[in-house]
Amino acid sequence: MIEKKELLNIASLAKLKLSEEDEEKITKKFNLVLNYARMFDELDLENVEPLVNINNLSNVMREDEPMESYDRETLLANAPEKLYGCIKVSKIIE
Amino acid sequence: MNYETIIGLEVHAELSTKTKAFCSCKNEFGGEVNTNCCPICMGYPGALPVLNKKVVEYAVRAGLALNCHISLFSKTDRKNYFYPDLPKAYQISQFDLPLCRDGRIKIEIDGQDKHIGITRIHIEEDAGKLLHGTESEDYSLVDFNRSGVPLIEIVSEPDLRSPLEARLYLEKLKGILEYLEISDCKMQEGSLRCDANISIRPVGQKSFGIKTEIKNMNSMKALQRALEYEEERHRRILSQGGTIIQETRRWDEAKGITVSMRTKEQADDYRNFPEPDLVPIVLDKEWIESIRKDLPELPDDKRKRFVKEFGIPEYDASILTLTKELSNFFEECAKGHKNPKAVSNWVMGEVLRIMKEEDIELKDLNIKPQSLGRLIDLVDEGVLSSTGAKQVFEEMYKTGEEPEVLVDRLGLKQISDEDAIAELVKKVVDENQKTVEDYKRGKTNALGYLVGQCMKASKGKANPQLINKMLRDLLS
Repeated sequence: MIEKKELLNIASLAKLKLSEEDEEKITKKFNLVLNYARMFDELDLENVEPLVNINNLSNVMREDEPMESYDRETLLANAPEKLYGCIKVSKIIE
Repeated sequence: MNYETIIGLEVHAELSTKTKAFCSCKNEFGGEVNTNCCPICMGYPGALPVLNKKVVEYAVRAGLALNCHISLFSKTDRKNYFYPDLPKAYQISQFDLPLCRDGRIKIEIDGQDKHIGITRIHIEEDAGKLLHGTESEDYSLVDFNRSGVPLIEIVSEPDLRSPLEARLYLEKLKGILEYLEISDCKMQEGSLRCDANISIRPVGQKSFGIKTEIKNMNSMKALQRALEYEEERHRRILSQGGTIIQETRRWDEAKGITVSMRTKEQADDYRNFPEPDLVPIVLDKEWIESIRKDLPELPDDKRKRFVKEFGIPEYDASILTLTKELSNFFEECAKGHKNPKAVSNWVMGEVLRIMKEEDIELKDLNIKPQSLGRLIDLVDEGVLSSTGAKQVFEEMYKTGEEPEVLVDRLGLKQISDEDAIAELVKKVVDENQKTVEDYKRGKTNALGYLVGQCMKASKGKANPQLINKMLRDLLS
């Protein structure tokens, strides 16, 4: 079972604010997922190496050769707000 | 109570590849905002990264130069956090299997060699750049040109025991990275960045004290100053019976203090996991050895060679080899020169002075090493006095003209004609009989006065060594 403290921590990492009603709902759903994943506990993984990549490939790399970048207007077309060729965001104070 | 200071550094160096780490956009500083971008480095859903081979090569080069063990198997991981300059909300980095580990750097402190351990070197991508407006503006702007630029992060062991050691370590590391030609290493432009962890503990105590992390040091001097400030702050708090709060602090260069940025109540929670869009990096030993074979001469080797080849003191060689540019300048100037020690004096003296005073880099100096060599020849040949030479050097910097031309134009040609000087000396001796008597009675400093009078009579153009010699001969 997931504890409330843990749930709130995960929510804050995901930048979510939960209402009390949400908390209850999500706790239930969370536990469903956790219980499902608990099936792994039944497996004997003693001598199994951690899986790093599923397709058994390695060293897929490219040469260091520049290619044309995208047009700025196209790239920024989806930005909710933009200014001076930049994406505009809430003020970030360092 | 006596405290011992413990420092470890995390250094980020932007790699000077032509393209970014995971896409083919140009890796370029100072371009028009958001023009070196594509769906991969702007984190569009579904865009797939492909690793730049050069990034691996450069990181391995750094690893070998820093005496690291190179991993034959390594992988990339996602480091998750939200920040507007990180469009994917994760940074591709390396978590548990870095490319290089267990290296070391040798520094010299108080004439002693000391080895500083390198915990690891891993590859990762840089974030975009946030542009902040004036205080009244309620927004920030994001430029993603830097997003996806390859970095290596070099993490030291907590082996540094003073702010000075930390600076020496960073200077040495910067020198090595520059020699390897894998990074521009410009602290001002942010292509070399350094975060420092610092704590203090009573001498003799085994366990570490609580540490703080300091950021935003934009020069070597700032690193040392920030650490000195922080060291003192820890001491003050502990000696008053207080406790250090584990936190991240920002160095404020203008005020000369560190200020709290955020408190670390718990360990950072980055939820690292293997990057599913990239495959493992598997290196073969032959390839690693071929990179090792191609490593350039590094600062320590160059220093030894300079001592041997040019007969200059160890101290000179250590200053001259600090940066690749300076060492090349010296070598070009000293090669085939009759007086390498004089070349060393000039480079360490006037060249470094003018660079510091004018805040310029060597490539902007406007003086060719060969020209400096000939200026030194003019002094050695007695054509120019050492004061005159400094004047000529100043003009060479301003006008880019050759020393011979300037000696004539400035009328600084020294009189080394023995007859002319003999005449001058004779005249001064005749006119200053009283001083001559003083000298003969044993007042040796009277000679200095006579030399001065001769120089004055020649309007500063006579060769003082020659005057000195002739006066002694005449009066003995």
